[in-house]
Amino acid sequence: MRERFDILVVGVGPAGIAAALSAVEAEQRVGLVDDNPAPGGQIWRSGVSQPAAARSLLAKLDAAPVQRLQGWRVLDSAERGVLRAECENECADLRYGKLILATGARERFLPFPGWTLPNVMGAGGLDAMVRGGLPIAGKRVVVAGTGPLLLAVAAHLARKGAIVVAICEQASLRRLVRLAGHLVKEPAKLLQGIEHSAATFGAKFYTSCWAAAANGREKLETVTLERNGKRWDERCDYLACGYHLIPNLELPVLLGCRIEDGFVTTDDLQRTSVADVFCAGEPTGIGGVELALLEGQIAGLAAAGKIEEAKKLALRRRRSLGFVRALRDATVLDPRLKSLASESTIVCRCEDVAFGALRIHPNWRAAKLHTRCGMGPCQGRICGAATEFLFGWTAVSGESGIRPPVFPARVSSLTTIAWDKKET
Amino acid sequence: MRKAAHSIALTVNDVPVTVAPGTTVAAAILIAGAPTRKSVTGEPRGPLCGMGICFECRATIDGIAHRRSCQILCAQDMKVRTG
Repeated sequence: MRERFDILVVGVGPAGIAAALSAVEAEQRVGLVDDNPAPGGQIWRSGVSQPAAARSLLAKLDAAPVQRLQGWRVLDSAERGVLRAECENECADLRYGKLILATGARERFLPFPGWTLPNVMGAGGLDAMVRGGLPIAGKRVVVAGTGPLLLAVAAHLARKGAIVVAICEQASLRRLVRLAGHLVKEPAKLLQGIEHSAATFGAKFYTSCWAAAANGREKLETVTLERNGKRWDERCDYLACGYHLIPNLELPVLLGCRIEDGFVTTDDLQRTSVADVFCAGEPTGIGGVELALLEGQIAGLAAAGKIEEAKKLALRRRRSLGFVRALRDATVLDPRLKSLASESTIVCRCEDVAFGALRIHPNWRAAKLHTRCGMGPCQGRICGAATEFLFGWTAVSGESGIRPPVFPARVSSLTTIAWDKKET
Repeated sequence: MRKAAHSIALTVNDVPVTVAPGTTVAAAILIAGAPTRKSVTGEPRGPLCGMGICFECRATIDGIAHRRSCQILCAQDMKVRTG
C-alpha cells in the first residue's frame, strides 16, 4: 500500500489530534498514523472515563476528512519524505510533504528487587490495563513513583472501586511545596490537583517514600515501602509504579532531529532541526494535556503554512513552559533510588540481565555488546531509561543512536520493495 | 440488562473467559489468572507498561506468536496462549 499526504501526523494523542484538526481546517490532505487500536493516545485512552474535552475533540476527529491509520506502527524512514509502517497484516509507505511527530511519552521504570513479578506494573500501565477492561474493584493497590501521574492514576483507580492502600511520591515535601507555588499561577492545574486529592481521600500519601521491594511467589503479594530509612510491608494485589514520563524519541532520533537534555528541540513554530519535520507534545518536554494541545495546534497551523495564526498561539505556549521546568525540578529523582537494585535484580527484562552484570561496564554500548542488555524486543525502551538514571548512560539519544526498524517488524515489511521513485 | 456488556467469549490457555467489548487481550489474560509469558530464564511475567512498549505482554493469539496483547482487543472465539 502507498499513500501520499500533504501532512502526516504520527501519534493520535492530544497533540496529534490537535495538529491533524488544525491542518485539515487549512484544507490539507492529512494522514494520522498510530499504533493503538483506538485514538486518544495514553491520556485519552478510550474507555469509561474520558473527559468531556477529549470526547469533543475525538468526535471532531471522527467527522474530519483525515485518513486514519489506526493500529499501524511506524518502522523506518527509508528515504527522506517517506515513512514505512506496518499493521497486523500489511505494510505501507507513507509519503509526506510535512511530518508532525506527536509520538508521546512512556513511563520510566526503575529496577528494585521483585519488580519483574506479575502484577507489578507502571502507574500509567495499571491505569491503561484498567481502562482496557481489567477489573480493579475491591483490589488493594499501592501507587508509587513520582509526578502528578501518581495522583491521577490513584484517583481513577479509586473511582473504579480499588482500595488505594498508599501513594508513595519519591520527591520530598519541600520540593512539592515549591511546585505548589507554580500551581497557583496555573489555576486549571490546581483544580485538577484538588480533584485528584479529593478522590483519593482515604489513601495514605507519603513523600520521600518509595517501593523498595515487591514480594511474592508467582505474583505480587506484598510491597516493601521505604521512607527515611524505615521499611514496612503492605499487602496488595497490584503495585503501580512509574518514575516520570519520558519522551518516545526513537522516531525523532532516527530522522535526525536535534535532541537536547533528552527532548526534541523546536523553535516557536514547533519546527525541529530537520526541514519539514515538526514535533509537538511530550517529546518536546513533559507538559501535560493543555500544552500538548497547544503545541499540536501550532504544529498543524505552521505545517499548513498558516504562520501568523501559529505565531499567536506560540506566545501562549511560551507562558506554559515555566510550569514544565518547575515540574521537572520538583520531581528530580532521589539518588537513593539508585541503590534499590541488588546484584541479582534484573534490569533488562527482555534478556534477563542483572544489575551486577551491567554495572561493571563503562557505557550502554559496551553493556549491550557484552550482556545483550537492550537487545531484546523492546530494544532498550525499558532498561535504557533505567540505565540512564542508574549509571548515567545515554541509550536512545546516545552515541549508538537508533537503528531501523524502530520496532520489531515482520520480515516481509522490511523486504517489500519501497516506493518507486519514478511514480512521484 | 447487564448481559450485553459481557458478550465476548474467548479462551486463554483453553480456559473460557467472557469479557466486555473493548477489553484488551492482556486484561483477559490477567482475568484468567495466567502470566503472559516466561522470561528467557523462566520467570513468569505479566504486563508492565500497558501501551505496547515493554513487550512483556507478548502472547500467542489465534496461532500468531509474539503479539502485544495490550494493544489488541478481544474478539469472539479468539484463542490465546501464554507462557
